[in-house]
Amino acid sequence: MMQTHTAPRPTIPAPEKIPVRLTVNGVEMQLKLAPWTTLLDALRDHLDLTGPKKGCDHGQCGACTVLVDGRRIVSCLTLAVMKDGAKVTTIEGLATDGALHPLQQAFIDHDAFQCGYCTPGQICSAAGLIAEGKAKTDDEIRELMSGNICRCGAYPNIVAAIQQAMGQS
Amino acid sequence: MINFQYSRATDVADAVRQMAAHPSAKFIAGGTNLIDLMKEDVEHPSRLIDIARLPLNSVEGTADGGVQIGALVLNSDLAYHPLIAQRYPMLASAILAGASAQLRNMASTGGNLLQRTRCCYFYDTATPCNKREPGSGCSAIVGLSRMHAILGTSEACIATHPSDMCVALAALDAKVHAVGPAGARAIAFADFHRLPGDTPQRDTNLEPNEIVTAVDLPARGFAANYTYLKIRDRLSYAFALVSVAAALELEGDTIKEARLALGGVAHKPWRDPVAETALRGQAASQATFGRAADLVLGDAKGFEHNAFKIDLARRAIIRALTQAAAGTPQSQSNKKVC
Repeated sequence: MMQTHTAPRPTIPAPEKIPVRLTVNGVEMQLKLAPWTTLLDALRDHLDLTGPKKGCDHGQCGACTVLVDGRRIVSCLTLAVMKDGAKVTTIEGLATDGALHPLQQAFIDHDAFQCGYCTPGQICSAAGLIAEGKAKTDDEIRELMSGNICRCGAYPNIVAAIQQAMGQS
Repeated sequence: MINFQYSRATDVADAVRQMAAHPSAKFIAGGTNLIDLMKEDVEHPSRLIDIARLPLNSVEGTADGGVQIGALVLNSDLAYHPLIAQRYPMLASAILAGASAQLRNMASTGGNLLQRTRCCYFYDTATPCNKREPGSGCSAIVGLSRMHAILGTSEACIATHPSDMCVALAALDAKVHAVGPAGARAIAFADFHRLPGDTPQRDTNLEPNEIVTAVDLPARGFAANYTYLKIRDRLSYAFALVSVAAALELEGDTIKEARLALGGVAHKPWRDPVAETALRGQAASQATFGRAADLVLGDAKGFEHNAFKIDLARRAIIRALTQAAAGTPQSQSNKKVC
């Protein structure tokens, strides 16, 4: 067996589950969660919102991107208990009354995905980017979307889709 | 993830009290580095003390013409804050050169200072690492060393400090405010991070029971002649191979004041006062910049995969000083280096 090089650690009693209140896609949710539950796991495993994807689980791929109080973050490096009281928007919450969000329509119009695994994170990230208002040029969009990896390589079409949606916002 | 207790601090004094009562706890704010390290089993605090809601999130002008940055100001809020964007654009540029938009929306100012190295052996609990387990040895010295240090290394550790923001803070002569059981103190930025020596497990001179509350910037912002030039293996969202924060005050062609700090090359943001002194009073020329680069890199030592960094750093220093002197700072969106 491989030796692991970490210092010995104390035994810690398992903590009580902690009440967490989240408004997710406009609906108030009451949860009881262990403190180590990430926001991503809370959304996927406790609220059945599987739009946010667990890609790398280390904040490197952006597939888990959601909006918390209107700002894009990676939900895999966020503890749900720390966001008690927050408003969370996932890809499932972007359409209104059955009409696609302009970014969702733009991703379809521009063929901005192939396998689709990164797409919920790409679209949530793009929604955050448009709200931030810092990107105008293609270069600026590329730079400020660099936290979202697309291994199918749909990047040029993603930039075009964001430009289209930005023009409509 | 590992088992841990969770509590929220109600104010700074409560945070300090909680830490004193639970010495194996850690403070958590943005969590972008700490949660990752906990998932990797590198960090295993018995308790997380949540400080994210403490009122340390303002950026305000100070009486001496500088700016005080609360420890919980988010990296993105800091980069885009009007006071920073206009008066300290080198700091704004350095922040925007680091991480991704999502991570900058999460990461705090204090957390950026306290983030740990991204040395792959520090993260890999199957390998020896003196920083993770003192006395176990350094895997990087004889291993993959492309991302490692060329300045200020020791037999025990050749890891680099990963921050971009801190390179600009070093060049700007920032000051760190901290509070612990013994009260409040201020730490000069040059004294905040440490070289590895034979205690690489200690990244900074902050005591484990202290909390960072603010970072001060003095009045001098170098808004006219500055750059933050970051060279990396891909154009965005990668740690620096070499980065340079360069800032000048010019009178005609003559350098009146100079600041020069490097990232990606040492265990701490590497500011070189000797090179800065050599720049002062000289003509802003390629020859002057080359001499400064030679001074910075005189004691540089390369390892198997990173010796190229010595030449890369020399060129990056000259290029950065050229950009600063010309008043043409490196764009962080158009990555062409001019």
